[in-house]
Amino acid sequence: MSELKIKEKGVVVPGEVLAEGMDFLPSNGTYRLKDKILAKKLGIMKTEGKVIKLIPLSGKYLPKKHDVIIGRIIDVNFSGWSVDTNSAYAAMLPIKDATSEFIRRGADLTKFFDIGDYIVTQITNVTSQNLIDLTMKDQGLRKLREGRILKINPHKVPRVIGKQGSMVSMIKNATGCQITVGQNGVIWLQGDPKGEIIAIEAIKIIEEKSHINGLTDEIQKFLEKNKVTDANEKYSEKVKVK
Amino acid sequence: MKEENKNYIIKYLKEGRRFDGRKIDEFREVEIEYDISKSAEGSARVKIGGTEVLAGVKMAIESPYPDTPDQGNLMVGAELLPLSNPEFESGPPSIDSIELSRVVDRGIREAKAIDTKKLVIEKGEKVWSIMIDIVPINDEGNLFDAAGLAAIAALKTTKFPEYKDDKIDYKKKTNKNLPLNKVPIPITILKIGEYFIVDPSIEEQKNIDARLTVTTTSDGQLCALQKGGDMPLTSEDIEKMMDLAILKSGNLRKILSGDKK
Repeated sequence: MSELKIKEKGVVVPGEVLAEGMDFLPSNGTYRLKDKILAKKLGIMKTEGKVIKLIPLSGKYLPKKHDVIIGRIIDVNFSGWSVDTNSAYAAMLPIKDATSEFIRRGADLTKFFDIGDYIVTQITNVTSQNLIDLTMKDQGLRKLREGRILKINPHKVPRVIGKQGSMVSMIKNATGCQITVGQNGVIWLQGDPKGEIIAIEAIKIIEEKSHINGLTDEIQKFLEKNKVTDANEKYSEKVKVK
Repeated sequence: MKEENKNYIIKYLKEGRRFDGRKIDEFREVEIEYDISKSAEGSARVKIGGTEVLAGVKMAIESPYPDTPDQGNLMVGAELLPLSNPEFESGPPSIDSIELSRVVDRGIREAKAIDTKKLVIEKGEKVWSIMIDIVPINDEGNLFDAAGLAAIAALKTTKFPEYKDDKIDYKKKTNKNLPLNKVPIPITILKIGEYFIVDPSIEEQKNIDARLTVTTTSDGQLCALQKGGDMPLTSEDIEKMMDLAILKSGNLRKILSGDKK
């Protein structure tokens, strides 16, 4: 007697009935109320066999274990640093996980990270009370020195990265920028100003049109178009000089 | 971190660009909407990019100030709502909100934009008093220019309410416009390093050396100046900034007169 009430890939709002009957199982972003399965968030419904899940379209970042994120130092304590994770919960970076250097008791911790610094960091643990522990002891985890910070909807991060990083490496190659994408929707990029402006524009297009098919082609076209005008500009400048 | 940000902005400016891809002296898109409030005598909404400011004009009959018995009263108030910028706090007016209202007030007052002598009903006893309220809805930088533009746009649409037997009927508006002489427009120029920029974003506003708000009228007459920021300005700097401000105010003036109903 169980049946789906919403079509596959349909957009649902919180409280909407997704399925009736006990044959289906609620998963991410859904919950069971008596014999119905309802949506918890605004998102797109997907089914995998008997499991119903929801891909959220909007909302804040929810911290998850092993996520690599970009955080901002908001406070320096005795035992470590408080970090803003672009979510509703602040995180803690303890001294022992911050650096491999020896830190003397009572040393000035701002030498390592100061308030306002951005860091690439990994979540080691999230408790049931949403207390977040961070670490800096892994490959690629570092303090970010110069560059631009960009914030996007954290649910669009997978599209910005692409399959095995295809999208982000395409932007990197086209614009000559270094780009780091945090799972919390914070993006850091560094390059020359023109490249950065194009890269930011490309990322904004991805965020806006993340749902359409053939996004990769569109971004490729966009990047090529801007590359050509860029080269033209340089060419015309040379002509003028002569 | 502040130094780094500033150097990064300067790196962009060297290439003639800003963080959002604009040119150094380029404004964001400016939009003006008139008569947005039914209860105010005049109102306007100004959008400069993502920055949005509302201005409303209320009129009342009061006794004039003792030193100007033959002139109407003018008051400008600004409230920086916490909803417009997470750094604004509710409570008593902050230094920034006082500065904002005073810059707008000074522009309108010193340009003699309103013919205050025509606001007298009974000399020394009764005059119209004009109250302009400025409320930012969203702050993405450049509140000064947006607020100044919103105030003058609201004044342009202001109509006297009906006045009969010593009573004002706010529900009935007459066809009589507020006597306006001039249109003062403030333009804020920021100095970062050796560069002068207009229409700053929040990031740029935080990393300035100095800023100068220049209010001019349509004939290029200077009405008011307000300097901010920690660093000094040389006289050449100020001259350059004023020239740029007069140039940029022309564009805003076109938008203001083009949209007028």
